[in-house]
Amino acid sequence: MKQATHDFLRSLSIQRRVIYALFMREIITRFGRHNIGFLWLFVEPMIFTLGITALWTAMKSVHGSNLPITPFALTGYSSVLLWRNMPVRTIAAIPPNLSLMFHRNVRVLDIYLSRLLLEVVGATMSFIFLSILFISLGMVDPPEDLLKVVWGWTMLAYNGMSMALMIGPMSERSELVDKIWHPLAYLIFPLSGAAFIVEALPAEAQKYVLYIPMVHGLEYLREGYFGSRFHAIHDLDYMAIVSTVMLIIGLLQMRIVARQVVPE
Amino acid sequence: MDAVLRSPADGLTGSQDPDSRAVSMKDVEKTYPIHHGSVTVFTGVNIDIRFGEKVGILGRNGAGKSTLIRLISGTEQPTRGKVTRTMSVSWPLALGGGFQGSLTGIDNVRFISRIYGLDPAQAIDYVKDFSELGKYMNEPVKVYSNGMRARLAFAISMVVDFECFLIDEVIAVGDQRFREKCQTELFERRADRAMIVISHDPDFVRTHCDRAVVIHDKRLHEFPALDEAYSFYHEHIA
Repeated sequence: MKQATHDFLRSLSIQRRVIYALFMREIITRFGRHNIGFLWLFVEPMIFTLGITALWTAMKSVHGSNLPITPFALTGYSSVLLWRNMPVRTIAAIPPNLSLMFHRNVRVLDIYLSRLLLEVVGATMSFIFLSILFISLGMVDPPEDLLKVVWGWTMLAYNGMSMALMIGPMSERSELVDKIWHPLAYLIFPLSGAAFIVEALPAEAQKYVLYIPMVHGLEYLREGYFGSRFHAIHDLDYMAIVSTVMLIIGLLQMRIVARQVVPE
Repeated sequence: MDAVLRSPADGLTGSQDPDSRAVSMKDVEKTYPIHHGSVTVFTGVNIDIRFGEKVGILGRNGAGKSTLIRLISGTEQPTRGKVTRTMSVSWPLALGGGFQGSLTGIDNVRFISRIYGLDPAQAIDYVKDFSELGKYMNEPVKVYSNGMRARLAFAISMVVDFECFLIDEVIAVGDQRFREKCQTELFERRADRAMIVISHDPDFVRTHCDRAVVIHDKRLHEFPALDEAYSFYHEHIA
């Protein structure tokens, strides 16, 4: 038992080391050392979110509700960054990293986790900076319940990572996955809750939209941000179950892929 | 200029008793998928290599020598059977493997130090000194010549204090002087370690190995002495 604990702790420390090494390497290969370097990590998503927020704020009348449009756009588009880019980072992530897998301790899971961690950090920093910016400019009221915001965000990140960990290993087994994901991501985008609140939809549409896991996390996040302005509809248990099932499918796929990897 | 950068002996399981340090393969089989069906490289491989042993691997081109070394290192997983490591085993020291071409020499050293838990600053100093790459350490590895790449590869692999080195034809690189330097670094300074060597040069194997195995017809043939291994090799293969 003591030996098992000892082995587990050592494995954990190796994995922590490997993921850190991959994380740092990923920053350098993706952003380089030129101009603002790794700041692109969150400047890029910030530009996206700013653009969308500006656009939606300008079109405020279209929505015709008393929703605060700026925090609505900010939460909506920030959350999209949490799920849409993650599978893009895990799809076909193994071939360019094959030379690193020469080192026994660099495993498929580590490559995925380091890339996803980078996505989460980038999206989170972008969300936090923009929130602080808008709040200090008086364009957005501070969140009504910060803990709910944090928890909603965490759930969205968990859901995005689980989905990416399912899609990534699948893409190693079939090239179709890559082809299908891009149109699928476009289709999910309008359904993910970024551009609507569930309450505003007809009852019939609500039923179907609530099958999409991201909707629940986003509704919860918005409840934390400006919950007094609308009635949030969510079921985080459902979201957690769907995410966990995706994660398990992903880990099972990864076992198969990891056995077949042939480093260069 | 000694590689004193001791890494936590990872990849180890069980006791640290020196006599039990070994790599062992039990009933190992490796197959690869090909266009139609699959191809078996070898099957029923059983071998134990202990700390301090020097073993040569012989076989014709494509027999599976590099595959065997990759399985021993844990770079690839066996299709069947089990590979157990109770000593720290290097990655296969082969030409070109283990690098990111878009990263500079220094970033590659940094990456490897992080993976193996070494101090990057110390490792960079050692590699700079040993590889004699000078200002090229700040250039991406993809612009290196083959010789430069091999020098970097060798220097990096000397940074981690492995108990078993896997050598895949890598020593035959660089000019005479650098080869000699590598020989000294590996076979003299680390003479107590285990080494598993692939080489088509019989003189090299005879100089550095105590025994050899031959891969032939999907089987691994073990011989206690080099002469027996070579007579089998000449009889069946070349």
